[in-house]
Parts: sequence; C-alpha cells; structure tokens
Amino acid sequence: MSTDTHTAGANGHHHDDGHAHGSFSTYMLGFVLSVVLTAIPFWLVMSGALPSKQVTALVIMAFAVVQIVVHMIYFLHMNTTSENGWSMMALIFTIVMVVIALSGSLWVMSHLNSNMMPMHEMTGMK
Amino acid sequence: MSPDLLKLIFGRLGFESLPLHEPIVVGTFAVVALGGAALLGGLTYFRLWGYLWREWFTTVDHKRIGIMYMILGIVMLLRGFADALMMRGQQMLAFGGSEGYLNAHHYDQVFTAHGVIMIFFVAMPLVTGLMNYVVPLQIGARDVSFPFLNNFSFWMTVGGAVLVMASLFIGEFARTGWLAYPPLSNIGYSPDVGVDYYIWALQVAGVGTTLSGINLICTIVKLRCPGMTMMKMPVFTWTSLCTNVLIVASFPVLTVVLALLSLDRYVGTNFFTNDFGGSPMMYVNLIWIWGHPEVYILVLPAFGIFSEVTSTFSGKRLFGYTSMVYATVVITILSYLVWLHHFFTMGSGASVNSFFGITTMIISIPTGAKMFNWLFTMYRGRIRYELPMMWTIAFMLTFVIGGMTGVLLAVPPADFVLHNSLFLIAHFHNVIIGGVVFGAFAGISYWFPKAFGFKLDPFWGKMSFWFWVTGFYLAFMPLYVLGLMGVTRRLRVFDDPSLQIWFVIAAIGAFLVLLGILSMLMQFAVSFLRREQLKDVTGDPWDARTLEWATSSPPPDYNFAFTPVVHDNDAWWDMKRRGYQRPLTGFKPIHMPSSTGTGIILAGLATAMGFGLIWYIWWLAALSFAGLLVVGIGHTFNYHRDFDIPAEDVIRTEDARTKLLAGAK
Repeated sequence: MSTDTHTAGANGHHHDDGHAHGSFSTYMLGFVLSVVLTAIPFWLVMSGALPSKQVTALVIMAFAVVQIVVHMIYFLHMNTTSENGWSMMALIFTIVMVVIALSGSLWVMSHLNSNMMPMHEMTGMK
Repeated sequence: MSPDLLKLIFGRLGFESLPLHEPIVVGTFAVVALGGAALLGGLTYFRLWGYLWREWFTTVDHKRIGIMYMILGIVMLLRGFADALMMRGQQMLAFGGSEGYLNAHHYDQVFTAHGVIMIFFVAMPLVTGLMNYVVPLQIGARDVSFPFLNNFSFWMTVGGAVLVMASLFIGEFARTGWLAYPPLSNIGYSPDVGVDYYIWALQVAGVGTTLSGINLICTIVKLRCPGMTMMKMPVFTWTSLCTNVLIVASFPVLTVVLALLSLDRYVGTNFFTNDFGGSPMMYVNLIWIWGHPEVYILVLPAFGIFSEVTSTFSGKRLFGYTSMVYATVVITILSYLVWLHHFFTMGSGASVNSFFGITTMIISIPTGAKMFNWLFTMYRGRIRYELPMMWTIAFMLTFVIGGMTGVLLAVPPADFVLHNSLFLIAHFHNVIIGGVVFGAFAGISYWFPKAFGFKLDPFWGKMSFWFWVTGFYLAFMPLYVLGLMGVTRRLRVFDDPSLQIWFVIAAIGAFLVLLGILSMLMQFAVSFLRREQLKDVTGDPWDARTLEWATSSPPPDYNFAFTPVVHDNDAWWDMKRRGYQRPLTGFKPIHMPSSTGTGIILAGLATAMGFGLIWYIWWLAALSFAGLLVVGIGHTFNYHRDFDIPAEDVIRTEDARTKLLAGAK
C-alpha cells in the first residue's frame, strides 16, 4: 500500500530496495520448523511426558521463544543487515522493552505479593 | 413486543438509559442538539457536504489530516474544559453542609470524563496533528509512508471520541477515575455501561494511535530527502520519531490490559478480580507500564516545538543539537523504567520503591539539559517576542516548577504523604498544561501561517496567552497548598470551611482559563476576517530555519515540486544563506496517492461495533465486525490508489507562486 512518494513521475513500484524476500525452500523450511515447534508443546501437554507441570510450562515457553526467532528469520526476513540495520535496531529495542516490562513486572508483583497478600498461603493458587 | 425480543434488538439500551432525570445533562443535550442541528443545517444549506467529503473526509493528504486532528483536539478541549469548570464550581460551592450542584453519580463521571478526554482526545490529537502536518514537510517528503492508513488512523481516533461523547447522552460514562482501576471497574462494582464506554472508546482510538505511530516512524526512517542523515534531522522530527517509537512500544500494553479487563467484565475471567487468583494490582502495574511512557509521548513533541521556536525566534542555531538528540533518546528509554512511581504506596517495599524513585530522579537530568540548551540558545540571540516565543518562555518558567514538584514526588517517603492528594493533581497539570498544552499552542501559532497562508492575529493571541498563563497559576497553585494540607483528589464535598477560599481562588483561575480559550477562538475568527492583512506570501513569515518554510504557505498538495537536498541541520537557513534560487522550469508530473472513503467507513463500522458491545447489542456488533472484514478485504482490490499530478498543474501552481514572490519584493 505504500506509495513511494519520492519517485516523482516514476510509475513503477520497485520491489527491489534491499529487502530479502526468501525462496520457496526457505519458506518451507520455516513452515516445517514452526509446525514442529508447535507440535512438540502440544504433545508435551497431551501426553504429560514431563513429570512436573512447571517444567512443562517452562519448556513450552522455551519453544515459544524459538518459534519467535524462526518467524523473524524465515517469514519476516530479518537479519543484521536488512533495511540498513534498522530491523536489527528495532529488534534490540523491542527486546530491551520486553525484558524491562516482564522482569520489572515479575519483580514488582512478587514484592507486592509477599507484602500485600497475606491471604495468599491460605487460599492457595490452583 | 416481548421483553425478550426487545432485549435481542436493543440489548441493555432502553428509555431508562437516557439521563432524563439529570437536568444539567438534559440542558446540555438541548444546547448540543440545537448547535448540532444548526451546524448540519448550515452545511446542507451551503451545500458543503460534497466538498467536505471529497476534500477532507476522504483525503489522504497528511496536511489536511493534520488539520482535522487539530480541529478534533480543539473541539474536545471545549468538552473536557466544560467538565473542568463543573468540577471547580462544585468544589467551590460544596462547603458548610452544602452538597453543591452535582450529585455523586454525576460528579464521578465528570472527573473521569475530564481525565480521559483531556489525555486521549485533546492532548493526543493535538500532538499527533502537529506531527502529521509538520514532519513530512520538515523532512522534505510528499506525504507519509502510508497515506491511506493515516486517514484511517484519524477516523479511528474520531470514532473513540464519538463513543465518549455518546456516553454523555446515552447511558453514562465510567465513574472510576481516568485509569479505571479494578476491582472498582470490574463488573461486580461497575455493572453499568460506563466502564464499557471507557474500554471501547479507548480501544477504537488506540488502534488509530498505534497505526499512526507506525506510519510516522516509517515516514521518518524511509522518506527523508537526500542529504538528511539522522543527525541532520530537525529536532521536532527527532522528538516525533522518539514519541512514535514510544507509542508503538507502549500502546499494545494498554490494548492488552483493557482486553483483559473486558474479558473479566464480559465472559467472567478473573485476571483482575479480588478472588479466584485474580490480582487488581497487576492491572495497576500493567496500565502504568503504558501510562508513564504516555506522558512522554505527549511532552516530547512539545519539547521539539520549543526547540524549533526558540532557535527561530532567537535567530540562532539551536544550542547543543547533539545533546538535545541524546537527551531525547535517553528520555525515551528511561520513560520505561519509572512506572512504579505511580504506585509507591501500593506496598512493593523499600527496595523496589527506591529503585524507581532513583530512576525517576535521573530522568530529570536529560530534561534539565534540554532546559539549559534552550536558555543558551536564547543567550545573546536577537529574541523576537512573537506569540510562539511567548508560549515558550511561559513553558520554561512553568515546566521547571512542575518538574521540581515532580522530583519531590519521586521521593518515596514524600510520596506516601502526598499520594492521591491535590498536590499530585497540581503537579501533573503543571507539567501537562505547562508542557504539552503550551507546546501545542506554541506550535499552532508557529505553524498556522504555514497551514493557512496567513498569520494569527497577535492581539487576541496575547489576550489568550495572558488569560491562560495567569489563569493556570491561579487555578493550580492553590491546589499545591491544599495538597500539602492533606486534601485528597476527587472529593465532592468538604467539611473544613477554612479550605473554601483556596477552592474559590482555583475557580477564579479556571474562569480566567475559560477567557483564554474564548480569546483563542476569537483569535481564529478575527484572523480569518483579517486574513488579507495578515497574509504571508513568502512562505517563510518568521525567517525560520527548517525545510517546511522552503515551500509556499499553504504548501501545494505535493509539498515540494523538487525534492530538496540538505547539507546542514538548519536546512532552509543554510539554503537562504547560500543564495538558494527556486527552480522555475523543468517540472515533471508528480506521483501522488488517491483519496479513498475506506478509512471513514471502516472507522464508522468499528465505532458501531463498539456501541454494540457496550450495550450488549450482539447483532450490531457481529454485523459491524463482518462489515469491517468485508470492507477491509474489499479495499485490497482497490487498484485506483495513485495518480499523477500533470506537469501543467505543477507549472501553474509554481508560476502562481513565482508571481506572488515577485509581488512581495
């Protein structure tokens, strides 16, 4: 939908401005990887292969992180040089923000939980 | 008809939803209905609908969209300020056994609506409007990266505003305060439609804000003219970039928090409830992860405006450009590290509180650096006290006071005393009015001649300035005093008669601000009538420094006939100094995006969907959602997305300008 407002009078939308576009095989590879990475967590939950639920949850989260990376590389075509490095910069910024928000929230909420929720032990989390 | 059928058709909506028992609301409705009918009748009588639809509602021109954002912001300012006057009146009167004139049910809606409207539908549109108008011009581009998306974003913001306004007459607004903390905002304690209006108004407008953020980032990163490296960008463009990065990074958090709250309210989940493992404190935590960056989203562009104004009206290059840029970037990052200072008293303990208290104090360092940069820019400059510069000086004095009370509040023990008091209210009005509002006014008076081709009338502008500034101090300094005496916010009646005098002074201040707003409207009217005397034919009425002043006032649809090439920070100043000659020949056709009505239709459907969800009118919500999909997909088959302005039209426009310029000399 972007109209390149700079090329005065030039009608062609040139598609070739430094984007990596991937080939059929890289798309297939990404697709297969993401299916596998989705199937394994499903199997973990359905079969109860791991003894503890907490471990299962952590493993699923680890798979989710790998899944994100797969999407970024194979579907969003991100690498260290795409868009003159802007993609990489945006990625680093995003990671910083997510880390701040998640770790900060965990830190804050665990303190709030221990200070302000004396009923916690009695009601129990299910 | 059977009640079941009625419920199916109208959901919760019925005659009893209309606030007919509230004489104030009925009176307001009568006035609004009469005014609205007069406006609609006038538009029909003068046959302006076609013109408005073709030239404004469906436009993808960033300049017109920017102007529409400003109009939205100013209209909503009138609504939000009416709420402010009602609160000041209530608090002034409700002493010595008097209940004032607002009942609790109405008063609680008034203070909630005031906060929501002022932040989301006044400050945000004003800031977004200025960025929309100015950024493409400053970077020498012909439009934003995604012109259709820009139109759509604007109308989504309008959709949110429409929902808030509808709540005044159909049903009620939230009575929870502007951030709708649970458990109060949960369905058990707020079973009415108020919080639902709040949620859907913000969700609809939030889509617009996020998309416009993406659009402007992309514009600044991709569409800068040749030669404009990052460190040659005007400071306003830099602050806009940082603001939009903040928008894109933080608004999704708001969207998710509100979505979780609506799940709690609509389908009975327990994210933020008191029992079943829910935690209302998580809501407070998450909403401030959005909420603190939000205040920097508002104030960073204002800092950019003050930078442009200061260097233009001091006739000097901005002092410390590099430090200004780094200060902006540092503020962008740090604004994510301070959110807990909004709830020191919730009980996260000494270690957490001291971390966030210290980060909050650190953030005042880059802000202070900016203040010194402006002072040093003015030092030994030839300062012209035109209206934009007056707003800038008022900002510098006012914002420093607000900043110091902010650092005071950042000390956790002090915050335990002052939290939730009128001191806090005074503090954030001090920074938001002194920073964002004065910034928007400086920006309006600075760029108005660019947008419309004539300057604003200085007399009424100065009237407005002095009423606003004195009104502000009279209205909010008493609140500092009251807050130090321990008066909490959002109170409706008072027992202690010795407090009354302070509220009377504050009410007088609010009345002066009213005069300031009226003077500003008067200023627009008078300037329009005197537009021939105030005309700017040069395109550069202030002898300014950045690229937007290189083109005509108002700029042609295509902004620049030839894309400028930049060699210096103050690109236009540099061009003038090197004896730049406007090209008079060699014009080519210019490739531009076409107008489309899809944006307004999509936003209308989204608003209808919000209305359906608010009132449990499920068929309406489902139908409008289906409509959204159909229209959205349909638009992808629209191949008439662009056209070329013929070379003859460009030549005609540019020749007209050549004649005007020759006449000016």
